[in-house]
Amino acid sequence: MTEIVDNCDVLATLDVLCPMHVRLDKFGKITHAGPTVTKLYGDQTILGNRFLEAFELNRPHSITSMETLLVAAGKKLHLKKRVEPQTGLKGVLMPCSDGGAIVNLSFGISILDAVQEYSLNASDFAATDLTIEMLYLVEAKSAAMEAHRKLNQRLQGAKIAAEEQAYTDTLTGLKNRRALDHILPRMVEDRTPFGLLHVDLDFFKEVNDTKGHAAGDIVLQHVAKVLVDSSRGDDVVARVGGDEFVLVINGTIDPEILGRICTRIIKEVERPVAYKDSLCKVSASVGIAIYNGEGDASAEQLMDDADVALYASKHDGRATYTLYAPKLRENNSLAINH
Amino acid sequence: MHGLVNRAIQCFVRDSYGLSRWLEVTRRAGVEVTDFEAMLHYDDGITDNLIAAAKDVIGVPEETVLEDLGTYLVTHPNVEALRRLLRFGGVDFVDFLHSLDELPDRAKLAVDDLDLPSMEVRQHSTETFSLTLKGDRPGFGYVMIGILRTLADDYGALVFLEHRGAQADAEVIDITLVEQAFASGREFELGARAG
Repeated sequence: MTEIVDNCDVLATLDVLCPMHVRLDKFGKITHAGPTVTKLYGDQTILGNRFLEAFELNRPHSITSMETLLVAAGKKLHLKKRVEPQTGLKGVLMPCSDGGAIVNLSFGISILDAVQEYSLNASDFAATDLTIEMLYLVEAKSAAMEAHRKLNQRLQGAKIAAEEQAYTDTLTGLKNRRALDHILPRMVEDRTPFGLLHVDLDFFKEVNDTKGHAAGDIVLQHVAKVLVDSSRGDDVVARVGGDEFVLVINGTIDPEILGRICTRIIKEVERPVAYKDSLCKVSASVGIAIYNGEGDASAEQLMDDADVALYASKHDGRATYTLYAPKLRENNSLAINH
Repeated sequence: MHGLVNRAIQCFVRDSYGLSRWLEVTRRAGVEVTDFEAMLHYDDGITDNLIAAAKDVIGVPEETVLEDLGTYLVTHPNVEALRRLLRFGGVDFVDFLHSLDELPDRAKLAVDDLDLPSMEVRQHSTETFSLTLKGDRPGFGYVMIGILRTLADDYGALVFLEHRGAQADAEVIDITLVEQAFASGREFELGARAG
């Protein structure tokens, strides 16, 4: 191996000013490397290697010799180390009077990985280099961003909980009227067929009056359980008033099936509920309206139909169900208006 | 999907077509959320549904929706900051093109959980380039076409862009630079921060 000599006295100065510079002779061989470039190669030496063998030049492209390299003087070079880790680098080359050149290198965006891979510290950069400031900014930004993200997640969690609370009946855990008012119009808009059951308890007032509100609450919870057990996961069960409930049976418009559901609900609701030493007995009346997914029905209209049918059940002596039909409006007009 | 992406779709539809059209898109997409948070993550399916719904509501092909979204991202005054960040990439359009290699890393520098498709720019001659995008979800290439077309105007360059279609897991865009300095372009000063 030939001895590598360079007499350019400016190199020691450059080691401090530009610790990532390399000096090339007129053949394109590296005759000197700044301390940080030397660090990138660890135990290996790049002195004596041709610059284009040590680094792969990505841009400008088709540079394969020292002559073509000199043409790129002053332009931004994009290159990377040929040996692992193949850190991407930026550089700029300026020719020297002896036909050689000096190339100053910098990490560019690869600095974030490079500081770890090469255990770089402040002394590896020139005192005037802004890299340390940039690393500081990146860390400060990441910390602020992380705090921001955590706050966001907390707020989002709180928002979801608040929304859920706003749509939930706290006593029974069922949905409330607000939730139903949100869901029902959407189902009609999407033309999703459904059966709408309006359930009103019979004799609930008596329980409340004779045994107190605590007993009434237990009855309501019992009814809520019956309704949930009588429906499927994608049905909607809501408590819309003191002792009024609405079930939306998703996709079911067969009156017979809906009737069977009502029969079961009435039977189960009628099971006496124990409160202290006594039993509470209530029953239920149901009005059914059906939306077949066609026509220009509105959620409001359907709720009103179910209501009319419910009054017909009440009129029929309670503990029964009625399917809405337009003629009910004539028969029941007195009941509705009172 | 990163909230920034859904947020971008939201702002694009809202600012270009009005709030009621945006609400129609969310309804049609079956999405409960109407106001996406930029720094939260959402199910990937939501993004797909939003784009499919936007296509129907606006009444143009999906590619057009995506391309217009790209254009929106670098033209609308509401998102001026993004145009500026992209202009940091280079002093002229070719320089900018080459900076796209680093775009996913630069984006990560700003938002570290944002995964953009990887991008590779190849220069085939002085005036022909190709951009290869690799990611798990095709379609981003059309967004890039909107961005590139607008940025070319921004730099005052005249370019032809062609989406070569998705190949395996990659999308390729052919870029032909007709004239680097065709028009004067828009000014860009490093120090002029976007409001």
